[in-house]
Amino acid sequence: MSKIVELVNVFALLSLLAVGGGTAVLPEMEHVTVERRHWVSDRQFTEIYSLGQLAPGPNMTCVALIGYEVSGVAGLLAVLVAFFFPACLLCYFVSKVWDAAEGSPWRDAVQRGMAPIVIGLMLAGCYALGKTASYNPAKDWDFNLLTLGIGASVALILSVTRINPALTILAGGAAGFYLLG
Amino acid sequence: MNKAEPRVSLGKLFCVFGLIGLTSFGGGIVAYLRRALVEKEKWLDEDGFMAALEISQTLPGLNSTNMSVIVGRRLRGAAGALAATLGMILPGAVIVTGLGFAYVALRHDPKVAVVLTGVAAAAVGLLLQVTLKIGWKQLIRPKDLVFVVVVFVLVGIFHVSLLVTLIAVAPLAIWVHRPRTEKEAA
Repeated sequence: MSKIVELVNVFALLSLLAVGGGTAVLPEMEHVTVERRHWVSDRQFTEIYSLGQLAPGPNMTCVALIGYEVSGVAGLLAVLVAFFFPACLLCYFVSKVWDAAEGSPWRDAVQRGMAPIVIGLMLAGCYALGKTASYNPAKDWDFNLLTLGIGASVALILSVTRINPALTILAGGAAGFYLLG
Repeated sequence: MNKAEPRVSLGKLFCVFGLIGLTSFGGGIVAYLRRALVEKEKWLDEDGFMAALEISQTLPGLNSTNMSVIVGRRLRGAAGALAATLGMILPGAVIVTGLGFAYVALRHDPKVAVVLTGVAAAAVGLLLQVTLKIGWKQLIRPKDLVFVVVVFVLVGIFHVSLLVTLIAVAPLAIWVHRPRTEKEAA
């Protein structure tokens, strides 16, 4: 039971800190769930996030799987509610009064000021995932060149084509199967 | 908006958002939302959609669930917000749960492990590309780049808590972009 309370506390706070979307809390989530609480390993965290890219809908529903690793189905449901409900509740009430701020020049200042912060957080998220997924010091250089190459290829393909990103993730899995096996 | 329009049923709200939640693979949910809400159902006009999106992006939380809350509330109040949000989250949550069960059962199989390694390596590339696509303006403007670097170093390298980082950096970043009076700007 105390594990459930801990899960709810951690993910409810992350919910309210998710400025600019779910991926902005990735680095903080990785640090808290992997390094501080040891709920999942570095590798599990990265894999859970990656699985989320293969499911439809909001890509952060995958955080529920961290709850599953900690406390089974009860943990899964607790994390789902804790991660989505607080931010939704906040949005419900703030969007009611938001129109009152219509035309305030500060609204624009908040948006433009927060933009670089969100980008910094997203880059930190890339780093948090990449330090396991793209460059693994326990493996040799051939292996790491392949994982770095897969990531770079995906980024490049998505920059120049309009292919569905989920397909590139599947292609990454196929590349892993044939090249890393 | 909805002048004398027939009231949207909660079931309809759940289904429309549920279909988006079920079919929007690979991110980019905003495009799916626009198609369904503006073009198909005509629940919002273009300006209404952009206004709702602006709120969704500024407040914490996922854009997709915030949009569900806002649109659901406008159409059917609290019950509508709940129906739309559940519709958005549930299909993906059920599918990710299925993937998770398979993952827990199979992850130690060496063949599955190499597939997961490839999937994870690709996911980093996807996240990096999305970050660069939405952030290139911030990365080439020196007064924004400073904040990008500071936040990356604090949170990514030194693991300073996100709450502390936001309290310390956000007011400064907003101040840099503060509204100027005409005289100052001139």
